Amino acid sequence: MICLGIEGTAHSIGVGIIRDMGGKCEVISNVIKIYHPEKGGIHPREAANHHANHIADLIRESVEKAQIDFTNIDLISFSNGPGLGPCLRTAATAARALSLSLKKPIMGVNHCVAHLEIGRGTLRDCMDPVLLYTSGANTQVIAFAEGRYRVFGETLDIGIGNCLDKFGRSVGLEFPSGPKIEKLASLGKEYFELPYSIKGMDIAFSGLLTAAENFYSNGEKLEDICYSIQETTFAALTEVTERAIAHTEKDEVLLGGGVAANKRLRDMVQTMAKERGASFFVPSKDLCIDNGAMIAWLGVLMYNSGIRMKVENSFIDQRFRTDMVDVSWRD
Amino acid sequence: MTEDTILYQGAEAKICRSEYLGLDVVQKRRISKSYRIKNIDDRLILYRTKEEAKLIAEARNHGVSVPTIYDVDLEKGIITMDYLKGKRVKDILNDLSEEERADICKKIGENIAKFHNNNIIHGDITTSNMILMDDKIHFIDFGLGEKNSELEAKGVDLHVLMEAIDSTHSKYSNCFKYVLDGYKKELKEDANLVIRKIEEIIKRGRYR
Repeated sequence: MICLGIEGTAHSIGVGIIRDMGGKCEVISNVIKIYHPEKGGIHPREAANHHANHIADLIRESVEKAQIDFTNIDLISFSNGPGLGPCLRTAATAARALSLSLKKPIMGVNHCVAHLEIGRGTLRDCMDPVLLYTSGANTQVIAFAEGRYRVFGETLDIGIGNCLDKFGRSVGLEFPSGPKIEKLASLGKEYFELPYSIKGMDIAFSGLLTAAENFYSNGEKLEDICYSIQETTFAALTEVTERAIAHTEKDEVLLGGGVAANKRLRDMVQTMAKERGASFFVPSKDLCIDNGAMIAWLGVLMYNSGIRMKVENSFIDQRFRTDMVDVSWRD
Repeated sequence: MTEDTILYQGAEAKICRSEYLGLDVVQKRRISKSYRIKNIDDRLILYRTKEEAKLIAEARNHGVSVPTIYDVDLEKGIITMDYLKGKRVKDILNDLSEEERADICKKIGENIAKFHNNNIIHGDITTSNMILMDDKIHFIDFGLGEKNSELEAKGVDLHVLMEAIDSTHSKYSNCFKYVLDGYKKELKEDANLVIRKIEEIIKRGRYR
């Protein structure tokens, strides 16, 4: 089965085509365009306009790169939440148009679950992981339990990526700030004590953000502050992940989301996994960030488990939580 | 010390069975984590060991069942406590009858109210951190706890338990209602204020 997936929950519009290889996923093309605001954060309508401008070209490009014909596509999948309304609607509209014109079934899938499934689908031996999913909007620790992907821990206020972006904006770094902060942090030496906020397996960043901004307005070196932010937030993320592993008694860790591209975060989680005797997995960078291939793959899993969706019922849900999905494709 | 068995390897500590002055004890030994820098590691281990010992002792004074502390070693991050020969609530809750489950959950709520009455915040109220022994719920692991009188802190404390019940005992989500029944009964201030706070915390989360 060949599936085309469209991702458009936030700042990225992506189209991916995958082939189902008997339970494993082969990505045959995965193209993406990322919206960069001129200033400030993501403006939902402008992001949606950006997506609308690029989606047709991306679909064409993905099919060309996959070296297939439109008629080879068996299923159209799209991310129906959670995310920004205008962006979700743009991706959904494209998916519906494709589904109707190609006369192929449509499938709306949960974006967060797709981040986990692409790890299981593309990485060898990744069977039943605890996922640390870190992106701009989302920061969740997810694992399979009692028929669903349960959120064992999550941010109580803002996502880690959003925390980094907000700090970046207040000190004049461009969006997305994560990679710039990572670079600056590598030059930092002095550690400033920042709030370390864990509640059970949940986590909070807003107090740390304010404290970090105060250090900056007090004239401390930006490199040192970035270093302190990374060390503190990533240690807390690693700790809640380890708590979830201990709690669920699983022995695999998977990273996902844009912030998983950060080397320091990868190193920390990998070290933790090693010390616990757990396996560590991280998908390639193009499958960590928001992308169409993961949407396509989850669509296949759902379709193969017997789930069907009609175009007239292919709603979007801005608040589509991870634990609302009935995971009928796993035991 | 050499032949101790590890009962449980948690995220931040090893729980070891050991002997202390001829008594059957467990030691909570906080583990240094090489993934984090020394500054953060030292700070967390020292702070949590100290805070946990203080909170357990104080909770006991207010009638909450907790382990007896025999020794605290701040340098090594070790707390020595008596060994509770009971069952983790996490392991038994799903197998009880509805009536028994309601009863246990009410008791849990009453005990939480007892420490909240004294501004003790547990910090990690999950069913893994409760042991049923002699018909009493014993609370362990105050490692993320603090003293705090604010409604917010009490709300977050209960919110952690609500999530733990949702994820680990998802078929019995009404458990949390029973917990709140017990909590209301025992809490000195107006429990509805805390419950309203919990609702506020839920809405603050992503996609609520």
